Amino acid sequence: MKMKGTQILLECLKAEGVDVMFGYPGGSVIDIYDELHRNPAVRHILVRHEQAAVHAADGYARATGKVGVALATSGPGATNTVTGIATANMDSIPIVVFTGQVPTHLIGNDAFQECDITGITRPCTKHNYLVRNPDELASTIREAFHIARSGRPGPVLVDLPKNVIAAEVDYDPARIRINATKLSLPSKPSPKKYVQLLEMLRASRRPLLMTGGGILLGKATDELRSFARRAKLPVTSTLMGLGAFPGSDPLFLGMPGMHGTYFANMAISHCDLLICIGARFDDRVTGKIDTFAPNAQIIHIDVDPSSINKNIVVDLPIVSDARGALENINRLLKDNNYTATDAERKDWLDEIAGWKKKAPLSYCQDAQHIKPQCVVETLHELTKGKAIITTEVGQNQMWAAQFYRYDDPNTFISSGGLGTMGYGFPAAMGVKLAFPDRIVVDIAGDGSIQMNIQEMATCMQYGIPVKIVLLNNGYLGMVRQWQELFYEKRYSNTDMTFQPDFVKVAEAYGWQALRATRPDEIKAVLEQGLFTDRPCLMDFQVAREECVYPMVRPGASISEMTLGTREMTN
Amino acid sequence: MEKRENVISLLVHNKPDVLARVAGTLGGKGYNIESLCVDATANPEISKIILTTIGTKATIQKIEAQLERLIDVIRVENLTDVETVKRELALIRMNLTADNKNELIRTVNRLNCKILTFNSDHCVLEFRGTKAEVDRVLETLKPLGLDDIARTGIAALERKN
Repeated sequence: MKMKGTQILLECLKAEGVDVMFGYPGGSVIDIYDELHRNPAVRHILVRHEQAAVHAADGYARATGKVGVALATSGPGATNTVTGIATANMDSIPIVVFTGQVPTHLIGNDAFQECDITGITRPCTKHNYLVRNPDELASTIREAFHIARSGRPGPVLVDLPKNVIAAEVDYDPARIRINATKLSLPSKPSPKKYVQLLEMLRASRRPLLMTGGGILLGKATDELRSFARRAKLPVTSTLMGLGAFPGSDPLFLGMPGMHGTYFANMAISHCDLLICIGARFDDRVTGKIDTFAPNAQIIHIDVDPSSINKNIVVDLPIVSDARGALENINRLLKDNNYTATDAERKDWLDEIAGWKKKAPLSYCQDAQHIKPQCVVETLHELTKGKAIITTEVGQNQMWAAQFYRYDDPNTFISSGGLGTMGYGFPAAMGVKLAFPDRIVVDIAGDGSIQMNIQEMATCMQYGIPVKIVLLNNGYLGMVRQWQELFYEKRYSNTDMTFQPDFVKVAEAYGWQALRATRPDEIKAVLEQGLFTDRPCLMDFQVAREECVYPMVRPGASISEMTLGTREMTN
Repeated sequence: MEKRENVISLLVHNKPDVLARVAGTLGGKGYNIESLCVDATANPEISKIILTTIGTKATIQKIEAQLERLIDVIRVENLTDVETVKRELALIRMNLTADNKNELIRTVNRLNCKILTFNSDHCVLEFRGTKAEVDRVLETLKPLGLDDIARTGIAALERKN
């Protein structure tokens, strides 16, 4: 059947199960918008900045496990997507970004709103395409979705020249062929590797599981929980993996690394076997590489072979998706009747309990000033841990990770790898559209929120009642913390001397807006703001110079931590 | 760990931006491409890229793993320690003067260089050999009026077992 490129695009999106996309029109994509007007096959959310469109698609993808979709015009529309794409790339999030492009005969002529977006995004996409031939449009889109979601997921960009999407070509979904040479999963690891893993586990007296975002991306939460419980393994999870193992489980140790818990870092420093699944030994996790897990044999399970032996040389590499590996491991444990006994783990778990007792996550209450940690704890209490939390980046992100316990997968959504300020709010919109019945809260700082605050209009236009818990300290808090600790309090350009009245800003957009300035107002403000069906900003004027602790100094070993005023080493 | 030159052979889809992806993967991570040799294979839809880069064993393994990730890369092979034939071609332009002409002709014959053009003031030579042989020839020709060179980079092909 003959069809216009724009129609084919929408047909393909329907076929991929896309129910919502985020975008912003412009000259090169006007034909796609015209088609959407005629045929609203896919719900389109008009954002106020293309970066937000990509973050929203990314938040949607993280919450649902499906591929998120964004659309932008050529030139500046396309370049505005780059931060969103790089964010998704660092955290391996499956999204497909469509950009308009000038007609093929003008490419290379410095045409109006022309830019080489495939060139620009080459290093920050999993793959990208410039579709030059209308006959290849349908197969390219199918390939793009397949690549985005397969193996180690990631962002794929498809650049669509105006004449390509305007052309009429034959479209027959049954006859779309994609190039399959590189599109299958890596071959399964030898069963011997799992036998070796079991032997190492049996020989270990102090085993530890370290999990990451790969558990969530690989949908392996149940398998992880049954493995950890059967083998009675303490579990530490990187920022990206929070929620995969329940935060309230006694075996859970919280995050490792720079702002990890004392007991997680001690456990890593003293374990004799570290089983790492779906994490990539990021420098924020390992601290000084030479002293990371110094006594441990390390097993690393990852779907991406290039992640293995990249930062840490491991003893047993296993290339597999998390679920496949954990299914194999669980089956092997069952076949061998292996269950760790309480007696076997007692000494190790007691030692960890001792560290937990010595230095639990804590902060000093203050009768005069709102402590940001207390806001997050109260938020957890009032939502019974059932909200989906997104974060911006900096102190707000770390407190959100430390003081809200995540018991369910895909309920903590944060830009981990790239550390993108301005991520949390648009991501929350994507989450809320996927889960309209859940409370979705962006835990924000006053710096980050201003990077995409324009999306307040989008929330009003489409009735997307997300909540913003603003931890407002008038500083770029994390940088200020480094300046306090490592630059003798020279607060160069981190004091936001002028800030707008955020309550008035939100109200101007038609939002509900509340403010708390005293600790005894925290609960009332959250109760008033969280449970309405309107978007609401809650401005908490928090203690200005509160720091995130524990902290491992950059470049130091994770066994050397600062716990507020006390130094702890072990 | 010891650094050494590695020869990596890639089969890739013959498309406009594939070379940029390969080069960007190395360059973006701070690895230099020492030599590069690219052309279509017997199947015109597939190209072979042979590149050399210097690094430790661990570094080279990282490079290979990163190249494997590229969607358009079909196969990555490290030929450094594989039984292969490795050859490089160099085109060499020499300045000719009355003083050096005779010695140059003697040297060219001794070195097995092929003379492609021969004018009154310059000549262009061709030499094929291993990288070490090409280096040696260029070293020998240097004092005899070497003007400019173009090297193809190493091409390598496995011997069949």
